This record gives sequence, C-alpha cells and structure tokens, in this order.
Amino acid sequence: MSSVMVKVKQKQIAQLIAHGKRLDGREPNDYRDIKIEVGVIEKAEGSARVRLGNTEILVGTKVDVGEPFPDTPEEGVLTVNAELVPLASPTFEAGPPDENSIELARIVDRGIRESKTIATEELCLVPGKHVIIVFIDVYVLNHDGNLIDASALAALAAIMNTKMPKYEVEDGEVKKKPGYIPLPIRNYPVPVTFAKIDGKMIVDPWLEEEQVMDARLTMTFEKDGNICAIQKGGGTGSFTVQQILDAAKIGQQKSASTRKLLVKE
Amino acid sequence: MPVFYEKREIVTPGDLLAEGDYFAGDNTYKEGDKLYAARLGIVEFIEKTVSVVALKAFYQPKVGDTIIGKVVELTIAGWLIDINAPQVAMLRASEVFERDYKPQRNDLPSIFDIGDLIIAKIIAYDRTRDPQLTIREPGLGKVTRGQIVEITPTKIPRVIGRKGSMITMIKEQTGCHISLGQNGVVLISGKTPESEQLAIMAIRKIDEESHTSGLTDRVTEMLKQSKGSDEVASKGTREGKTD
Amino acid sequence: MKLPAKAQEKEKLIDKEGKRVDGRNLDELRPIKLEVGVLSNADGSAYIEQGKCKILAGVYGPREAHPKHLALPDRALLQTRYHMAPFSVEERKSPAPSRREIELSKVIRESLEPAVFLEYYPRTSIDLFIEVLQADGGTRGAAITVASLALADAGIPMKDLVAACAAGKVEGKLVLDLCDAEDKLGEADVPVAYMSTTDAVTLLQMDGNLTLEEFEQIVNMALNGCKQIYKMQKEALKAKYVALKEAAEE
Repeated sequence: MSSVMVKVKQKQIAQLIAHGKRLDGREPNDYRDIKIEVGVIEKAEGSARVRLGNTEILVGTKVDVGEPFPDTPEEGVLTVNAELVPLASPTFEAGPPDENSIELARIVDRGIRESKTIATEELCLVPGKHVIIVFIDVYVLNHDGNLIDASALAALAAIMNTKMPKYEVEDGEVKKKPGYIPLPIRNYPVPVTFAKIDGKMIVDPWLEEEQVMDARLTMTFEKDGNICAIQKGGGTGSFTVQQILDAAKIGQQKSASTRKLLVKE
Repeated sequence: MPVFYEKREIVTPGDLLAEGDYFAGDNTYKEGDKLYAARLGIVEFIEKTVSVVALKAFYQPKVGDTIIGKVVELTIAGWLIDINAPQVAMLRASEVFERDYKPQRNDLPSIFDIGDLIIAKIIAYDRTRDPQLTIREPGLGKVTRGQIVEITPTKIPRVIGRKGSMITMIKEQTGCHISLGQNGVVLISGKTPESEQLAIMAIRKIDEESHTSGLTDRVTEMLKQSKGSDEVASKGTREGKTD
Repeated sequence: MKLPAKAQEKEKLIDKEGKRVDGRNLDELRPIKLEVGVLSNADGSAYIEQGKCKILAGVYGPREAHPKHLALPDRALLQTRYHMAPFSVEERKSPAPSRREIELSKVIRESLEPAVFLEYYPRTSIDLFIEVLQADGGTRGAAITVASLALADAGIPMKDLVAACAAGKVEGKLVLDLCDAEDKLGEADVPVAYMSTTDAVTLLQMDGNLTLEEFEQIVNMALNGCKQIYKMQKEALKAKYVALKEAAEE
C-alpha cells in the first residue's frame, strides 16, 4: 500500500517542484519556520529545543569529569548520542539505537568535532587522568522531516547554553568550586540538508518529501563558510557532481543565515 | 546507428552495447537511446535485438518450465520446493490429491517428504505470488534414483546443443539417462556410478566453458579419453563451425 | 619554510619531493588487486587488496527475506553488513558491531542500491556481507568496490558496477586514496562512490575543513580514482572467462 501512495504523491510533489513550488507553499531553497528555545531543562548543564516546522528536537548536555581517551590524554571528551523515541513517529520502535539514530548522532557529532566547536584541549584537568566530558544527547520528540538540521541546530544551541561547574585541581584531586562557566566555544557549525526529487534539489525536506525523495545530501558549514562535514544518505538514489557543487554554494549561503539565529554578529 | 561490441564478446554490467533503434533483449536494459548490459556474459545480436547470454545467473522461473527441485518444508497447503530461484515454489496438496484433500487424513510426507527430489512443471508465477507447481503430466513426480548436478541455468541450452547434438552425444558416450531442469538442475541416472560420474564431468565442463567455441569436440574428446576408448564416434562430431 | 622545532620532530606525511609515506605521488592510487569468485558457498564473492587493506565480500540471494516482516512488496531488500575482524586493526577491536560499522553498513548499502535492479525480485532479500580482514584507511571505498564485484558475481542484474575511492587534503596538498596515517593526521578526507553510466555519485561523505574550491578539486580527484578502479573491476570480472576462452580456443 505504501508504495502505491508513494508513486501518486511523488508525481504530485514533483509536478509542483517542476514549477518551483512545494506542497506547503515554500520555494525550493526555503527553510520552514525555525523556533529555538534554550535552557528548557534545568537539571541539564545545557539544553535547547528546536522546532523546524513540526519537527521537534530536544537536546540536553551533561558535563562530568572522567578519563580521557588513551590517544588524546590532554583533551576533553565529546560524545553525541541520538534517540528516536517511539512517541515521535509511528515508525520509531523502542529498543537499542538503529542505523538511523546512529547515523543522525554521527552526522551531528562530525559537524561539531571537525569544526572544533568545543576547544577540547582546554578541558584537561589532570593530563592522562581527569578531563571534562561533554555528553550531548539528542532527543527527537516529533519527526516531520529533516531531523539532521534540526538536531544539529539544537545541539549547537545547547552547547552555547551550557554552563559547567568550575573544576579546579588541588593536590591532584579535582574539586568543584562555586559558580559556573560556559564551555570554550570556537566555532558554530550549521548543516544544510537537501533532498533530490525527480532531479530537482530542495532544501529542508519535510516528512512527505522525504518519503518520496531519491536521495538526501547534508553539508555542514563552519563559521567561515568552509565545509567540515558531508553525508549523502537516505533513499536509493544518487547525485551528479554538478548537483553536489551547486548544493554546496546554496548551502554555504543558507547555513550563514541560519547561523544568525544563534550567533549575533 | 552504432553497436559497440562484436558478437560473442564478453561484457560486464554497465557496458554500452548499442545506441539507437535497438531492442533490449535478455540481461540488458535501455536508458533513452542507449542499450547497456545488465549481467556478465556474451553479447548476442539477433536482428535488432541485443541480448546478453549470462555467464553467471540464477534461475528466473517461467510458466511452462520443467524444473527439478527439493522438498524443504511441509505446510498445511502442501509442499515448499527449493528450485534454486529467489523465491521458494509451492506444490499444492490439491494438485496431488485430487479433490477431497484433508490435512488430517491425507499424509503429505507419505507422498513427498523433506529431502525428496521431484521433477515438476511451473503452472503459475507472477510478481505477487511465488511459483506454483504441478506434477500432473507424464514424466513428472518423485526422483527415485540417480545423481544431480547443478549448473548455471542459462547454460542448459548449451547442454542440449544444436538440434540436441551435445546431449545425444553424452547419452551415447555414457549410456546414461539425462533429465534437464530449466532451473539448472540436471538429473543423471546410469547403469553404474562411474558412468554417471562421466556424464557429470561432461556437464560441468560445458558449464565452465560454454562461452568458448569447439566445445562439443572437446567434450567428446574428454569422454572418450576418460573411457579409455580410441574409437571414433560413428556419427562424427562436426555439426558445424560453432556450437 | 622552516618549521617550528616540535613539528620537525614529527614524521612528515609528504616529503620535499612530493612523495608520500608509502612512496606514492600525490595523485596515485595504492596498488590494487581484485579477485572474483573466491568463496564456494556464497552465490557471489570477491576479494580486494588496496595497499594494506584486505577485504572480502560475499553475497547470498536473492533469497527469501528473513525476518519475513522486513520484506518489501515491490522490490528486493539489500541487507548489508560491514564488519571488521578483531585482528584487522592495531588495537584489537571487539567483534560486536560498533556505531561506526553500523553507519558504514548503511552508507555502503545506499551506495550500491542505485546500481542493482532491486525491483526485479519483490519480497526477497539480497544479503551482502563485507568482512574487513585488515584495515589501513579507505576501507569503505574498497568495500564498495569489492561488494559491486560480489553482486555481479552472484549474477544479480545491475545497471553498472560501482567504483569507490577517497581523496583529501594532507599537509596542505590534495591527495588521492588516503592511507590510515594520512586520514588520521590530514586535514580532510572525502570518500566518493561513482557509477559511470549515469554519471551518478552514490556515496559522498566528508570530514575535515575545506573551502568550496578545494572541495571541488578533491571530488574531481576522487572521481578520477574511481574511473581507474572501474576499469580494474571490469577486468577482474572477465578474467576467469577470458582465460578459459583463450586456453580452450588455442
């Protein structure tokens, strides 16, 4: 049954897109309305909720002290996890992370890590023994398409919202001092996701567009407009090189405008 | 309007075979004006149809095909038969028991049990249903003796040979009875296990070298040498320049 | 340019003559060996060595989908498992699937789906198993290259073979086919998979930091690598039959 609907919907959506229009009235390169709220979970060190159209993502950050990775003994640790909780969509099942939630987490992680958003070298307390660990947990509350862009935006907002305790080392022991400080932030990565439908590229696909798309391309840009992460995924289709290069140009512009929502010039 | 390969050249998936007013035959596909190979095989041109005789392919069921398969499961509706195809085939109990088939009374395993080999014909097959079989024709039914050898299904025509030349020769040389399933399963039953082995060797050789020429001669040679016989086959083996 | 003392102590990845750690030029692929039909049980199989990477791919199917509820009514499933052997890397890797392996299984599957005529085999599953026996960077590219051959060897109809390869930036220079050291210490890595008949990019990922111009040059470099690898794939697929033909007809 679902594939029959796909063909009919695909025609409808493609016909509109051929005329530069989308089912919800948007232009091919338009984002849906974006609403960002920060500090919504007081027990978390940082948090943010993003609504991209009806897609709703909640990200909480937790900060703790732990051991560094053996190959980077003087750097803090950053870890990103994503959960597609069952209430967010009839297609999400309870259980361990599936390939989609793992891919989502890793794309968000890549953007943050490769752009060196958090200066992990400033999160070292006792080299080789105690460093600061930042947990970024992405919680998808409602899936209406383009989880990647919404999650990454929420993750960035949560990172910027994070207040961590003042840790100090006294006699080789880590102690918490009163007060809070922000994380050392050096960059502001923003991904732009495209969907290809019948040969046309559109930005920020919503759920029905995702269900009929041939393929999806996400490009993450850091604050200077350089690319720091790319992931082609979703769908059984492909892109031509020209489509990829054109998307990069558009993505660079779109990411800059989206970044303005979080980072005032 | 160009073709890009000579006949009998080996092609791989994605090779551009022809451009223009051609028809896509077996194992090829067309994208606009361009005709490409979809499988590894030998390219063939028949009038305006370009096709590829696959060197390696699994069996694609067709209504009317005779197949040799193995019973793998018993269900309430009948027997499930492995015919070396992507889908499992079904031999309905109603095909065997005539009307009043009652699962409680009529015993499936007593007719065909798991592991039995059967020769059957495909009577129905489409995208929504797995292949359906019948054994209601003469020559069909359970296999009680002999050995089977599995080859690439597309090579069955080669085993038969032009006007049956190859298979007739093998039968004569080995004295075996040979049944061919379109699904690439060949049933051989001879007077001795050695004669059966000989036939199996010949058929395996055809499977490996089907894309070469002069095959009938070489297979005949091989059989004669293995038998230790020096006599020239009375019928002669020169059936034409290519087999 | 005189480097600060600390950098001078570290081994350089690219020397003054533009040669890399393994002696290659900037735009040179690692030596590649391809073999098709190496396993007797799998319906199709192939093996690749690319530099120090050693990867084996096996295909079963199309066959009945297991579990049945995953089967699709109008096409075959392509179920892909990319897995690294515990002894494949410097520090023993636990056999349990890691998050990286799960992500790679997904992107590798998505790089091959456009090439296979899945719609010919509804309600079945094509099971593709990729085992990395030894890893040295660029394993996802080599995995896609060898998996394409295994699928073709299984007689599964395909639109084209998919060739894959990575290019990137190391010590400021654009290079082709990064080995592990270059990937870990370099500035960017861009794996690409490509189908020539439709000029289609079926895998594209990137991590690092690149300007748009650098990205364009690197993608084109990777495509060049893919085209070279594509030729090798075709040769490997035909090899056994060409040899038999020559032997038989002389």
